[in-house]
Amino acid sequence: MLLRHTTSEIKDRSALMVNPAKTCQPIGAMYAALGVHGCLPHSHGSQGCYAYHRSTLTRHFKEPVMAATSAFTEGASVFGGQANLLQAIDNIFTVYEPEVIAVHTTCLSETIGDDIPQIVNKAKAEGRIPEGKYVFHANTPSYVGSHVTGFSSMTKAMVDYFAESAAPKSKLVNLIPGFVEPADMSEVRRIASELGIASIMFPDTARVLNGPMTGKYKMFPEGGVTIEQLKQSGGSMGTIALGAIASAPAGLAMDAKCKVPCQVLNLPIGLHDTDLFVDTLRRMAGVNVPESIDLERGQLVDAISDWHSYLYGKRVGLVGDPDQLLALARFLTALDMKPVYVVTGSPAGKKYEEALRETLSGVADEIHIAVPGDMFLFHQWIKNQSVDLLMGNTYVKYIARDEDIPYVRFGFPILDRMGHSYFPSVGYRGALRLLEKVLDALLDRKERDSTDVNFELVL
Amino acid sequence: MSSIPILKQREKQIHETGSAPFEMTCDKQSLAGSVSQRACVFCGSRVVLYPIADALHLVHGPIGCAAYTWDIRGALSSEAQLHRMSFSTDLQEKEVIFGGEKKLYRALVELIDAYNPKAAFVYSTCIVGIIGDDVAAVCRRASREKAIPVLPVHSEGFKGTKKDGYKAACDALFQLVGTGDTRDIAPVSINILGEFNIGGEAWLIRDYYQRMGVQVVSVLTGDGRVEDIRRAHGATLNVVQCSGAMTFLAEMMKEKYGIPYIRASYFGIEDMAKALYDVAAHFSSDPFIQQKTEKLVREQVNAVLPELRRLRADLEGKRAAVYVGGAFKVFSLIKALRQLGMRVVVAGSQTGNADDYATLRDLCDTGTVILDDANPLELSRFVIEKKADLFIGGVKERPIAYKLGVGFCDHNHERKTPLAGFEGMLHFAREVHTTVTSPVWQFVPFRSKT
Repeated sequence: MLLRHTTSEIKDRSALMVNPAKTCQPIGAMYAALGVHGCLPHSHGSQGCYAYHRSTLTRHFKEPVMAATSAFTEGASVFGGQANLLQAIDNIFTVYEPEVIAVHTTCLSETIGDDIPQIVNKAKAEGRIPEGKYVFHANTPSYVGSHVTGFSSMTKAMVDYFAESAAPKSKLVNLIPGFVEPADMSEVRRIASELGIASIMFPDTARVLNGPMTGKYKMFPEGGVTIEQLKQSGGSMGTIALGAIASAPAGLAMDAKCKVPCQVLNLPIGLHDTDLFVDTLRRMAGVNVPESIDLERGQLVDAISDWHSYLYGKRVGLVGDPDQLLALARFLTALDMKPVYVVTGSPAGKKYEEALRETLSGVADEIHIAVPGDMFLFHQWIKNQSVDLLMGNTYVKYIARDEDIPYVRFGFPILDRMGHSYFPSVGYRGALRLLEKVLDALLDRKERDSTDVNFELVL
Repeated sequence: MSSIPILKQREKQIHETGSAPFEMTCDKQSLAGSVSQRACVFCGSRVVLYPIADALHLVHGPIGCAAYTWDIRGALSSEAQLHRMSFSTDLQEKEVIFGGEKKLYRALVELIDAYNPKAAFVYSTCIVGIIGDDVAAVCRRASREKAIPVLPVHSEGFKGTKKDGYKAACDALFQLVGTGDTRDIAPVSINILGEFNIGGEAWLIRDYYQRMGVQVVSVLTGDGRVEDIRRAHGATLNVVQCSGAMTFLAEMMKEKYGIPYIRASYFGIEDMAKALYDVAAHFSSDPFIQQKTEKLVREQVNAVLPELRRLRADLEGKRAAVYVGGAFKVFSLIKALRQLGMRVVVAGSQTGNADDYATLRDLCDTGTVILDDANPLELSRFVIEKKADLFIGGVKERPIAYKLGVGFCDHNHERKTPLAGFEGMLHFAREVHTTVTSPVWQFVPFRSKT
């Protein structure tokens, strides 16, 4: 019992976070920045921050993760980090030669009050930024928001810094995929291209964090949205922002800055939300949905019908990031399952919580939602009344083990299994994969627990 | 490949043995803008103290510092598991403005009431150093009210390197040492310092010493217990591994309690045996200890040698690159790899000092590249130039090695089996064999062409 210290009695906690279901903003900013081609994320803070972010992302993706740091010392913390950042910009462009540096702040640099745009302007004026190269930034103090809002802010910074208004608008559609896996980003783009739509996606970590083995080490892998594309995105005919928390701020900023109309949708996880995504694409571009997409949808519905009886009424506990949870909860209810406990560590706001409650209204008599909450509370709910399935990141495995509950890994980070960066969970194909994982977990358990007499060959 | 530029300021942190005069610079703060593989003060403190399993570990700061260090090191505990929970004050903007002391106090009280820990460690993070919370005062108050030691760890991330974090951890530990009852401690007794029980290594080492007739008073900090640490001053010798981390504590204990210390490394047969013989020599007044040690070493070596020989047959002549945290570990690895018939062609550390690098130069064959605080470009360049077949490093180096089509062995947080001790040498050899002889490398495009 690894979590034997978790009690079933729930007491109010006023000052404590136990077993967090979130982490801090800078890591999200770093992940988003890795989705820009030739970009070196730069952590403006002390050395530990970026070491932790790189280690965590490396453990999740099993890929090299490159970033630089201002390496704050005591002196910088007293006198400000300007000298460090200027020196860093110099060194980075001299040695690593990225196309662009994406600076994010930390609790340290925010609190001492470093003004990044001013420092970047100074670097520019002093000729430290070579011709045709760029530095952009996002403010991501660790004591505000979560890794998801950090991602969101860095994505929005791509619009603020680079998008250029153009008229007439092009035939391109901007896709903002949210804090999802590289494989999900590829899938979002693939669906658009199945509809014959050319798109600009940002950020885009496909082939950055799931690249091939080549026998060579490339500091800046093939993938990522280019600065040229980001500039062009201001002239697109529309933007689809997937996820109200991770993607909407960038989409709305694009609308305000370049008059590119933006539709904010749920992440396309599951049947309904993929339908909505496909339909929005169709209407925005004025195209028809091709047979190939119909086929994928039909196969998903077919598989659900084949297996629905094993899903009926199963109680599910979910831990994860806000945009994922909302769409996933909706998908599970469509599978006739009951997401009864939902926790995100991210402070996603009242409006988000209402949307989640609405999605789950009528699902069960008693539903517990914490926005924000932590895994300790989540575990306490389970101790009071258990569930049939857990879905969440790797840290949920402690609870699954202690309480002996079937468990599907889903979310960030996943430190102990492969697959997430190669196989999407968005779109109809992604929904099929989720369905497969859920059924595998439930049916493995059913067979483990069945007697010899009841053990059946055919299910 | 050799076109990869090296920052001018870093040239003196790289040396090829047999070339120009040896004059390495180290102990330097990393350059701003470098892609160093190092971490911060907090990280250093956290890795040292985290294995104390019946203490409370509360991270005072925004959520990240707690989240990234939540059970990431496999420091095993035989019973208590409190150290595997993640406790944070999760500081928010309003506390950054108005101070976090009240929140810290409430968090401590809630936690101590809930878990009755034997002691509590409160880690300061960057932001706490900037907003000026008086963490020590809050700790004193909580300690008074709850009647357990509540120890502030001054681990603000920006206040130096990981080494300074080790020192902050030692300062906190030193407040515990000397507060326990030492009456039943035998004259032939030691503390094992700098052994964190990754993969259960401390259990192996402790067992060896006990079989020599040596009482092990405490292990700092692998599978650590507060009560043992409190009476650590009753031991008559400190045996210090991982010199960078725990020499501070050994020095303080020498000064205050007159306890001498010796250095040890438990990696590889040669160093492991030496660690045991050194302790035996220290207690040479014990008439049986030398004999017991010889018997133990003989048994242990005989148990692993036959398989080591078999593995060596496949590894003979292969080349290795080693880049790990501490320099002391590099020495041991060079010797251990030699025992497997392998040659180290790149050797480096994040935190070695001038003496360490001088030792390293003497230990390495001519043509070996020696690195201090290297970045991924340098590492990958030298791995390819020197045609390494194996990379030994930590979490951030693994995927780089794999991208290059080179085998990898984690000698850091993520080792899953004990690599220390005689038995550990066998595990190590198996891991090296597993990865170096893997058929996957024949599919590497780069190699298939050559």
